[in-house]
Amino acid sequence: MQEFAYVRPRSVAEAITLLEQEEACVLSGGTDLLVQLREGRRRARVVVDIKFVPEVSTLRFDPERGLEIGAATPCWRIAGDPVVSRIYPGLVDAVGLVGGVQIQGRATVGGNLCNASPAGDTIPALIVHEAACVIAGPNGWRELPVEQFCTGPGRNALERGELLVSLRLPSPPAGFGAGYLRFIPRNEMDIAVVGAGAAVVLDESREHIERARVALGAVAPTPIAVAEAAAFLAGRAPTAENLSEAASIASRAARPISDMRGTAAQRTHLAGVLTRRTLERAVERATGRGV
Amino acid sequence: MSGKVLVQSRINGEDIAFLCDPRQSLLEVLRETLGLTGAKEGCNNGNCGACNVIMDGVLVNSCLVLAVEAEGCAITTIEGIAGPQGLHPLQQAFLEHAALQCGICTPGFIVSAKALLDRNPAPSEEEVRHWLAGNLCRCTGYDKIVRAVLAAADVMNEDAGMSVRAGQDQQVGW
Repeated sequence: MQEFAYVRPRSVAEAITLLEQEEACVLSGGTDLLVQLREGRRRARVVVDIKFVPEVSTLRFDPERGLEIGAATPCWRIAGDPVVSRIYPGLVDAVGLVGGVQIQGRATVGGNLCNASPAGDTIPALIVHEAACVIAGPNGWRELPVEQFCTGPGRNALERGELLVSLRLPSPPAGFGAGYLRFIPRNEMDIAVVGAGAAVVLDESREHIERARVALGAVAPTPIAVAEAAAFLAGRAPTAENLSEAASIASRAARPISDMRGTAAQRTHLAGVLTRRTLERAVERATGRGV
Repeated sequence: MSGKVLVQSRINGEDIAFLCDPRQSLLEVLRETLGLTGAKEGCNNGNCGACNVIMDGVLVNSCLVLAVEAEGCAITTIEGIAGPQGLHPLQQAFLEHAALQCGICTPGFIVSAKALLDRNPAPSEEEVRHWLAGNLCRCTGYDKIVRAVLAAADVMNEDAGMSVRAGQDQQVGW
């Protein structure tokens, strides 16, 4: 592997100063970065290990303020947290699909997001859970809705010197349910051909959807929120016909390419099937019938 | 340009200090600096699990950890699995169930299985298969490995006077 210096900042301010340098790379779980450095796909003069910055390694839930996931929190801590699993089921579906156990021991949700793969499993889940990115940089702090964070394959909205500190997920209201599903040709350990996340909030009678979110992965240069499908579902009953219609809308919103993992036609089809199934899962969870 | 770094870790219960380059993986240092050649380099990109070690209680691919990140950490490698009494029940079960052929993947499988049994002493067959999905074996077809892990769990639970698997279907394989 190429030569670089390794530094361990202890504060956000120190991390930002280090990241302003030429060819500075953030090291979180390292499961993408070390492979990219080894293969020469990225250059690093200095590797900034952010895991010792307290704000970046936090995992905190508060019923009022919601969930704060430090960008360097490994997947296993999220999947292994009973409160997070119960309240953010879509996220936990996705986190459990990131590599195998030993990858989840290191890989982080923040890293999955910053790597900005169109097929990153946690990103559609973060979108349907309405996550906001908390970013610190030389010019101060800012927040960005997660659906605006990825700007292209492997590219994100961070400017030089900026650090993704954490993700903030609002506390879901009563009647909330969410899920994430993906299609892969194997049982385990693969990259999504298509991924779909969905969330619904049912009204008090549980007979109508107040609002919904639908997001797709691996069907466009970035994971996408499908606002048209969400708009269609708002105010409608969670019937099989309505969920199928929302799925058709999602399928039409897909703009996939053909590659080694699947053709554009297959992905367009899968976007519909997975959206319908994920919506069904979200509705089941919202009514307390799902697991 | 970056010079060697002094790292202090606890490896297999022993406090160890070593010098490394920041660019070196933990796997590289275990094998080439510390002579712990049990962890194997298979893919060197996190797909095969042959280099797995337990770091502060968490299963990791040592090829995807920088050696400098091991500062202050406790690491268990395959060399630290056997006890003073001899082979660990997992190692014994792998022998008895012929759960290996060429052997390259075996250290990774045993370390992964140890991490599983530390967390879940009585896993189902499905849980074993799911947990070991990140370890690749090109010889055995996995059945014998899964059988060995379940057998080791039974032995350990019997030794501990537990019967947690009682009532569960212990038939494995086809």
